[in-house]
Amino acid sequence: MNLVAHLPVIVIMMPLIGASIAFVAGPRRAPLVTVATAVLTIAPVAWLGARVLAEGPTRYEIGGWGGPLGIVLVADGLSAAFLGLVAIVGLGVTLYATGYYRVATGSRPGPGHGLYWTLWLFMWSSLNALLLTGDVFNVYVCLELVGLSAVALVTLAEGAEPLRAAMRYLFASILGAMTYLLGVALLYAATGVLDMRMLADSLGPSVAAETGLALMVAALLLKTALVPMHFWLPTAHAAAPSPVSAALSALVVKGSFFVTLRLFLDVMPAGYLGGADVLIGVLGAVAIVWGSIQALLQERIKLLVAYSTVAQVGYLFLLFPLARHGGEVLSAALLGVLVHALAHAFAKSSMFLAAGVTLKRFGHDRIADLPGTARRAPVIAATFALAGVTMMGLPPSGGFGAKWLIASAALASGEWWWAAVVLVGGLLASAYMFRLLAVFMAAPGGRPLPVGGVRTLRTEWVPLALAAASFLLVLAVPLVTRLAEASAVVAQAGGVVP
Amino acid sequence: MTVWLPVLLPVLVGVTTFLLGETRERLRVLVNLAGAVLSSGVVIALVVRAYDGAVAGSSVEMLPGLALSLEADLLGLLFSAVATVLWAVTLVYAFGYMAHAENRARFFGFFALCIASANGVALSADLLGLFVFYELLTLATYPLVVHSGTDEALVAGRRYLYYALSGGAALLLGVVWLYAIAGTVPFTPGGALGAVAGRTGELRAIFALLAGGFGVKAALVGLHRWLPGAMVAPAPVSALLHAVAVVKAGAFGMVRLVNEVYGPELATSLGVAQPLAAIAAITILFGSIVALRQDDIKRRLAYSTIAQLSYITLGVALCSPLAAVGAVAHLAHHAVMKITMFFSAGSLAETHHIKRLSALDGVGHLMPATMASFAAASFGLAGIPPFAGFFSKWPLGAGAAESGQVWATLLFVTSGALAVGYLAPFLVRAVRPAAAAREPGAESDPRMLWPIVIVGALSLVLGLLAGVPGSPLDWAARAVAPSYAGWSPW
Amino acid sequence: MSTTVLYPLLGAALFALGVWGLLARKHLIHKVIAANFLGSGVFLVLIGLAGRTAGADPDPVPLAMVLTGIVVTVALTALALALIKRYYSATGLDTLEPAEEAEQ
Repeated sequence: MNLVAHLPVIVIMMPLIGASIAFVAGPRRAPLVTVATAVLTIAPVAWLGARVLAEGPTRYEIGGWGGPLGIVLVADGLSAAFLGLVAIVGLGVTLYATGYYRVATGSRPGPGHGLYWTLWLFMWSSLNALLLTGDVFNVYVCLELVGLSAVALVTLAEGAEPLRAAMRYLFASILGAMTYLLGVALLYAATGVLDMRMLADSLGPSVAAETGLALMVAALLLKTALVPMHFWLPTAHAAAPSPVSAALSALVVKGSFFVTLRLFLDVMPAGYLGGADVLIGVLGAVAIVWGSIQALLQERIKLLVAYSTVAQVGYLFLLFPLARHGGEVLSAALLGVLVHALAHAFAKSSMFLAAGVTLKRFGHDRIADLPGTARRAPVIAATFALAGVTMMGLPPSGGFGAKWLIASAALASGEWWWAAVVLVGGLLASAYMFRLLAVFMAAPGGRPLPVGGVRTLRTEWVPLALAAASFLLVLAVPLVTRLAEASAVVAQAGGVVP
Repeated sequence: MTVWLPVLLPVLVGVTTFLLGETRERLRVLVNLAGAVLSSGVVIALVVRAYDGAVAGSSVEMLPGLALSLEADLLGLLFSAVATVLWAVTLVYAFGYMAHAENRARFFGFFALCIASANGVALSADLLGLFVFYELLTLATYPLVVHSGTDEALVAGRRYLYYALSGGAALLLGVVWLYAIAGTVPFTPGGALGAVAGRTGELRAIFALLAGGFGVKAALVGLHRWLPGAMVAPAPVSALLHAVAVVKAGAFGMVRLVNEVYGPELATSLGVAQPLAAIAAITILFGSIVALRQDDIKRRLAYSTIAQLSYITLGVALCSPLAAVGAVAHLAHHAVMKITMFFSAGSLAETHHIKRLSALDGVGHLMPATMASFAAASFGLAGIPPFAGFFSKWPLGAGAAESGQVWATLLFVTSGALAVGYLAPFLVRAVRPAAAAREPGAESDPRMLWPIVIVGALSLVLGLLAGVPGSPLDWAARAVAPSYAGWSPW
Repeated sequence: MSTTVLYPLLGAALFALGVWGLLARKHLIHKVIAANFLGSGVFLVLIGLAGRTAGADPDPVPLAMVLTGIVVTVALTALALALIKRYYSATGLDTLEPAEEAEQ
């Protein structure tokens, strides 16, 4: 059997098989199974990425059934970049979770210890499927699968608040998915196909098709939590257990964004849904400002980090008004957004994981009550500092590379105001990050030392590594550039480097 | 590759210091001193090569089509040498000063990262690199400013960030914009914008953004308010960072901007150099006059810094070759003199708890060596020959006169008089009989005393040797000459 | 009126009712029912699509979508009900936000 040809399926099946084994293995052996799965998944993802770089985008028809009836998987540079991101951050989250959900010898596993591993691998598999799927109906299925496992993961935290947050998340998720499906129905009524490539060929001016796509895009914006459809995100991301928060904020919102990207760049012809791209860009700008201000007002670290996600998601949507200009502007903006998605994922996961350690060590995450953290838990403070540099978009972080590229694209397009938004967003991020870091640097006063003393926990090194990755991500930009060039849309626009 | 060492060695020192942790004191001292000496050696080797006309350069690709490039030219090396050599001196002082302080690993770690950033600013071959390191410098300095963790320090730190990061944002916008219209702009003596010189409106706006960005660290009036507050930091931080590395990064940026991005000719014809000169002139007067009224020693020195920094900005903004030479020489001279003063102020505070000018009576008898060094630096700062400051102020004034801008010459003379006004009280009070009996014990810890004496002596020696090849003045002349076609200092 | 017009219209009406219910109703069970209205609305639209060519065999693709959708909706409903049960036993509340009177 030719293994290489089946790589896309292997990438999806690997975590799915791991999830099943973890479920059977029970709470004590599940962590080991999950770590093994995470490590093993990296190989096919890297292989697939290398293949895309060498041979360009590939299509895979499951079971040999092609469109319009069969299920088609598509791997190009964009999906490979996101798959790689999920694999690396996923491995980090998994390693961290082994410490977070550690069962002390002799004690019984607490609630959440057993289910976490299966649900997490299941969500991972669904995310991989979402990133590879080549038809719009399968996107619906994958979105539902991701949403279901994500909601279940949020409820693993104890107390009534996570349940409340999870239900809000679930209802938002249902609304989004059903709206998306209605859109698919209308699109199918107009075109008779579901395959993205066939859609791209057959889309013409049609009220049904345009309404359908508009509904689909609106649903995806709800899933990606673009202001003002972000209401479900802060509570859900903040209430979840930290390894779950990290995966939700870093990876899950990127999944629905990825589909939005596909629809706009690969499916719709330029100028389709006229005006929607600019409207989305404006909402993105509002999100940056509004989310940052909300982050500045939060009293708890996890809520601060969650609102920061609302803000940072805004940058992703600045792509669409810039993409209109095509050519060089499109390439630079797409690369910028791609780098931003990666940098944000590393930084955000590291902050949520570090917030989890803060909770464990200090028993709370109230910002005002954490002076002296830089001294008592230097690794946590360093994690927030390094990740914060990415949020602020200062060099040499990935956030800087992203903001430079987006601002360059904006200035090259003549629409300088998008560059101004990027800069203002960076300053606001500095304000909310330094508000936290200043408390960490403050003299601890007479406060007692936290439980656990000044010993550094094993789990603290994972978030630090992720934060360091986001801090140095500029070094990975050449690779990301090659991946971006291995996607159809950038190739058409004439490459990233003019 | 050598050109990366002045950046990478201090980074290595900083990271090692963090990892060593709080308790391994001896190893920390060893690593830091060895790193500083080694870095100084590398910089001096680069200087020797650059004097022979061989400019080392190297670049790494960062963003598509954009590289992070370093180049060891004479101008950059001047700043780099000042920062690196004084780092070694300051380390010795800091070991004494911080002997009983908390969080020393953090302190020395970030200290080294600051030097790395300053060297990056100095050696960057274009605006992108300069911006990158300029921002890193802000980040690395913040933990030092708030080191004590007191409310006062936190407030000062917050203000420092507001100013520095807003300045950084202006800088970023300016750089991105410039790159959008002109592509990569490597520093080129005499200017690099000939091809797009016609886009005057945009170039003026970009100049304003860039000068505004550099102006924050160079403490131009209106953008200066972070500086006096930031003096709450421990004395070695004030000394090295706020007299040498941080503020000089802003002043140095101005030199690069006027001489090597726009070029004196374009800056004059666009009409952007003149407003900058006017703002710098106002800053000089403002800083000098406000300094007169400060009783707190560090604040008085801080306002003096504000005034003296604008000598550099004004010197390049006059677009006269001789004045620019004076400006660049002042970058080095002022560093040596001001670091002496801050060291002395730190010793006074640490050894005798003297923080105010009015409490200084009789200190000269108590700490003769410290106060003699302080006096040498004061004479220099006031521009009295043969101390170092004279040899930057003379070309500044002469250059202004030569290019027909006599008002600037008069300004330099006036501010020299004002400097006498705000520095003389230190010396007068120091030699007065003490009002109250002071405890003996007198001079501070030798680790603090010797660095003061060395930099104090340098304030004189650099002046005495100003005519020798390799002195800051000679060096500045060689660094500036290429920016003015057809001009030669000899 | 033919099914090609009737089904989509009815479906759209159900969908709108579902959106309203999901957003406006406070009681959690009402929200779950509203969510099922949403689903049924979409399925009706899809079934209408399958039979839009009069006389020809029905198009299997929309029917396959409906089947998949039903399965997913059942799972969602089950999860929602399980959460509501846990939430109710933990707080005694049947709405997301505590009612005003409950706080006093």
